[in-house]
Formats: sequence, C-alpha cells, structure tokens
Amino acid sequence: MTEQAHYKPLGGTLFTRGFFVLLFFTIIGFSLIAVRFWKGIGAVSNMTDVFPLGIWITYDVATGTALACGGYAIALLVYILNDWHYHSLMRSAILLSFFGYILAGFSVITDLGRYWNVYNIFMPSRWQFNSALLEVALCIMTYCLVLFIEFLPVILEWLRGLGWGRVSELADRFSPKLDRVLIFFIVLGMTLPTMHQSSLGSLFLIATSKVHPIWHTMYLPLFFLLNCLFLGYGVVVIESTLSSYIFDREYEVRDLAGLAGTGAWIATMWLTLRVADLAWRGRLGMAFAGGDRYSLSFLIEFLLVAFGTLFLFNPKLRSPRWLFISGVLLIVGGGLYRFNVYLIGFNWTHHWKYFPSLAEFLITMGIIAFEFLAYFTLVKILPVLPAQHKPHPAGRAWQGWQSKVESRSNNWHLP
Amino acid sequence: MISQSRRGFLKCFGLAGTALAVARAGFASEGAINDNGVGLLYDATRCVGCKACVAACKRANDLPPEKGSFDPEGLWDAPADLDGKTRNIIKLYRGSESVWSYVKVQCMHCMKPSCVSVCPVSAMQQDADGRVFYDKTRCIGCRMCMVACPFIVPRFQWEKRFPQIVKCDLCKFSEVPRKGKPACAGVCPTEAVQYGRRRQLLAEAKRRTEKNPGRYRSYVYGEHEVGGTNVLYLASAAVSFDKLGLPKLPYEAPAAFSEKIQHRIYKGFIAPLALYAALFFIAVGNREELGEKEEGR
Repeated sequence: MTEQAHYKPLGGTLFTRGFFVLLFFTIIGFSLIAVRFWKGIGAVSNMTDVFPLGIWITYDVATGTALACGGYAIALLVYILNDWHYHSLMRSAILLSFFGYILAGFSVITDLGRYWNVYNIFMPSRWQFNSALLEVALCIMTYCLVLFIEFLPVILEWLRGLGWGRVSELADRFSPKLDRVLIFFIVLGMTLPTMHQSSLGSLFLIATSKVHPIWHTMYLPLFFLLNCLFLGYGVVVIESTLSSYIFDREYEVRDLAGLAGTGAWIATMWLTLRVADLAWRGRLGMAFAGGDRYSLSFLIEFLLVAFGTLFLFNPKLRSPRWLFISGVLLIVGGGLYRFNVYLIGFNWTHHWKYFPSLAEFLITMGIIAFEFLAYFTLVKILPVLPAQHKPHPAGRAWQGWQSKVESRSNNWHLP
Repeated sequence: MISQSRRGFLKCFGLAGTALAVARAGFASEGAINDNGVGLLYDATRCVGCKACVAACKRANDLPPEKGSFDPEGLWDAPADLDGKTRNIIKLYRGSESVWSYVKVQCMHCMKPSCVSVCPVSAMQQDADGRVFYDKTRCIGCRMCMVACPFIVPRFQWEKRFPQIVKCDLCKFSEVPRKGKPACAGVCPTEAVQYGRRRQLLAEAKRRTEKNPGRYRSYVYGEHEVGGTNVLYLASAAVSFDKLGLPKLPYEAPAAFSEKIQHRIYKGFIAPLALYAALFFIAVGNREELGEKEEGR
C-alpha cells in the first residue's frame, strides 16, 4: 500500500531526562513485584477476602485494555466505516494497544495467586465454558498475538531499511507475503476486542447481589463494549494531540474532530442506553438522587462523559486544547464506570472497604512507566508515526521536542 | 453512486445476518440441578457455641491455628472469621441481653454454585453428591470464585508465597472416607449440626419448625436461596437470618442468570464467526473501493 511511505521514525537520542524518570518508576515497580513474588500478595497489597480484586485487575486489566482499544476503534473507523484518511493513525494506535495489552498481561501474572498453574488455561480438557474469564483470557492472549502480527510490517520495514544483508533480504521477501494475509488478522483484530471487551462486563453478571444495583444489569456486556469504543477514540485523540505537542508536530485538528465525533456518537448511545436501563429497572432515583457515595460516584462518571460528549458536539470547541479536554473527560468518566463496577460498587452491602496500598499503586505505575518507556523508545526507532505533511526543518523540530520534553518530563507518565 | 448503495446494502445485510445469528443462538438449556446431594442442617437453637466443630475441622483438614488480636503469643486458635486457615467457624450475634444466637459459617454448597460457574480451569467442581470442592493442582489463583460467591466463603492465603483457596468441602477427602460424616457433624455434642441427604434434612427442618412454631422462625434458609443450597439453616424465632450473616438473596441462582446471557452470546460460537465474516466482507469491500478510487485518480 501507498501508506507505507508516509511513516517515519522520529529519530534522536533515546536517553533523555524523561527516559530516566520513566526508568526510575519502572525499577521501583518491578522491585515491588519481586517482593510480591517472594513474600506473597498480602505483603504488598491491601486486597482482602471481601475485595479479592484490587487496582491491578480494575485498572491494569479492565480499564487499561479499554484504554488500549485505540487500535480497535481506529480499525473499525477505517475498515468498516470506510474513512481511510485515519489510516495514518493505525500504526501508533496499534503500538499503544499492544503495550496496553502487554501491561494487562504483566499485571495478571502479578495478580494471579497460583501463576505457576497458568498452563491450565491452555489445556482444553480443563476448560470450563461457563467461565467468562476463560473467554477473556484466551481472547486477550490471541489478541496480543494478532496485535504483534499487525505491527510486524513496521518491524519488517525497519529491517529492510537497515541494510543488514541477509536479514534485510529475508524481510524484503517476507513483506509482500504478509501484506497479502494481513487483512485476515486486521479483521480478527476487530472481532476479538468485541468479544473480550464485552466479556469484561460479563465477568460481573454473576455477582447479582454483590454489585450495586446502579451498575448491575444484564446489559453489562453491551455497556462495556460501547464504553471501550468511546474510550478508544478518546485515547487516540489524546495521544495525537499530546504527541503533536511534545514532538512539536502539526495538529490535524479537522481529522481529529471527525474521529472524536464518532466517539461522541457512541458515548451518546452509551449514555442514553444507561438511562433507559436504569429507568427500566426502576433505579433512576437511586442513581441520580440517591444521596450516598454510590449515587455520587455514578453522577461523577455520568457527568464527565456527558460533558465530554457535549464539548465534542459543539462546533465552536474544535481547537486542539478543547479536543484534548473532551478526550480526557471521556476517558476519566468512562474509566470511572469500570472502577464503579469492579471496585466502588462492589460488595456494597459489606462494611469492609478497600483502598489500594502505596505498593499496589507503585506496581501499577511501574508497569505503566515501562509501557511508556517502550513506546517512546520504539517510535524513535521504528516508522510508526505518520510523516508530517509539511516537513519542518528536522533540526528545529527535534530541538523543539527535546526542550519541551525536558521541561515537561513529569507529564509523561500520566496514563 | 450505484456501487455506493450496493455496498451500503451489503453492509446492512452483513450486520443483519450477525444480529440474526445472535438471536437464533437463543437460550442454552440449563444443566439439571441435583437435589439429591448431601449437606448439613444447622440448628441455631441447639448450638451451645462450644466450637468443638471449629477445632475438629482444623484437625481433620490439617489447618494451622490463627492467632486472635488479643493474643500476640498465639496460645489459642482464635480466628475472627473464615480465612486462609479456617474453613468453619462459630460466630455470635448479640442484639440484647436476651436476644442472641450462635451461627455456624462454612461453605453453603449451592446446588448451582457460582464459584464452579466462573472458574476458568475447573478447579472448583461439584461432585455427584452436590459437594463443591477445590482442586489446587488446577487453580491459577484468579480469585473469581471469591468475586462470585454470594456468601463470601472462598478465602485466599494472602500471606503465603504459594497460596491456595481455602473452603469447606464437607470433608470429602478427609473425614468422610474415614468416618462417614464431616468432622463438624461428627463432633457436635448437641446435634446442632447434622449431616445427611438434603431431602431428608429439609424434611427434618420443616418438621421441627412446624412442631415448635414458637421456638423457630418458620423458614428454612437455603431451601430456595440462590437456587437452593445443600447446607440448610434453622434460626430461633427472635433472630432474623440476615442478623446471622445470611443475607436476603434472590431465589434464582446467579450462575443460571449469567450463563443464560453468556450462552446466548456464545452458543455454538456462531455469533463470533458471523461477526468475523461480516466484518471481513465489509473491510475487503471497502478496501477494493479505495483501490478503485485511487486507480481512477
């Protein structure tokens, strides 16, 4: 395809100040993971028998993979809604998705009590088909593989350009073959998230008496699916505006506004269906005027998404700044929805409460830092980001981003 | 323009096909519920709170003692609740000087157990006698059983490097093969805990409530809760079941509810395959259209 010529590695030094900040958090996080494996989960986390899932699952897996739905959301937009000028965003979205899902994988291994038994997941004789978690586990593992294959053309392109004799030659020969079958994997890359993102909601269907009635409904799978889609669009908007900003590239405001518009429509659908579901179950009062912490948490979640959506629909608010703000509102509100189901509204009748320990936070932050470290390193080496339409003088652009990164290195590890 | 509308039609057709496949998958038949299992009948009005069953359970199942908060030296086994070392415990509810009751807490052995339904690797299983037991060689420690259990029964060994899930299995592997009944039922001096077939226990429970309406609440907890449990409870007339930590629960088994939805989506794997096919044809069609446009340019 002609698109390939449009991607370029960013180039430049790898070892910036931002790099070391991220490395610092990565090392802290991974040291604490070592403590967890040596002394048990109880030594680092505040999880209890009443709250058996903490932020590792709620954030890293349930929310993290939804934030990593950028690749899924863009693929749907390009291949299904037939809007090909977003194709240039595919590569960075896929790379982010890949790291998002790898992060989930790391966290799952940290969180699994009996991780050495995990091979049982691969033994069909032990599969238990009523388990939504089995579906999630198999689907996510397959999806990681699919994301890797979707990203493979980038690696091959890089290898071809290296001039490493035989290796480049092999890459050259393999590339067209991969291109021919890639569409099968791209479609798989749209089917699998549809399955496991809805199943992340199905996980809590069974907790009929344990998840607060504001959130427990038979439509949890549908709500989780729509939720991951607008989170995906929100993340791509944020990622594009942020990377335009820190890498000093041009903003593609018109393109992004169209993209965000799709997200806004899905968010509208989600908000409408949620209200309809609450009304149908007779829980509107409980949700909107409950006056307790659950009602409050619901209102925050609901209003954040509602305002994000309204801003996106307003044609006057089409600046990069407003797009960014709307994207943040969408993902914070949409992410809070997942927290509400998994943690805040869980075991609501019980007097026990859960708040993650410092070590739990640091482990999650360490894994996120590692993800960003890998992302920022790879976009400098591999042809991931779209080349600019109007080329800046390379030196200026590069110096610009370096000085900005150094002054704002703290902004980096925001998820 | 014509090709545009044709494509639009194909798109709609593909999506409608997917929707149809989802709808046709329909409800899956539910597994038959075995109501001839074995279980316990706990009669709170007979229990004297001696905790002999707690000690016997630990001995039979080789579980270590748990220190109490009042006892830093660990002279007594004094667990405050079920935990990674405790499968069975006696608790006391005290509303006032005259209104109080003991209550025994252990796995309820649901007839349609949630923990079995959520386990991805069949580490939680139900045997032909309705007993729900745990196989540590399969367990990956995901703790979904703990998320799903409406009674918060499965517990986890948080402090261990190589932890397990801990939960009552009615002494399936320990006391029952040796002595024919679980340790708690065997040791109880007042027959507050009785072991037997659920049908017989339920009949016995109803006989007691009918004979002594002043003494008992006229309700057998576990007869209908979450689809019925193999462990049944009788409480004194003065104390409601939710005070004893036995919450009001729907009669439909949560596992039946969730499996119904999950099976509707995934039956025969038709819906995912249809989705893949539909997405595939739309994507290939759109790509061809793009190719035509670029050639035309």
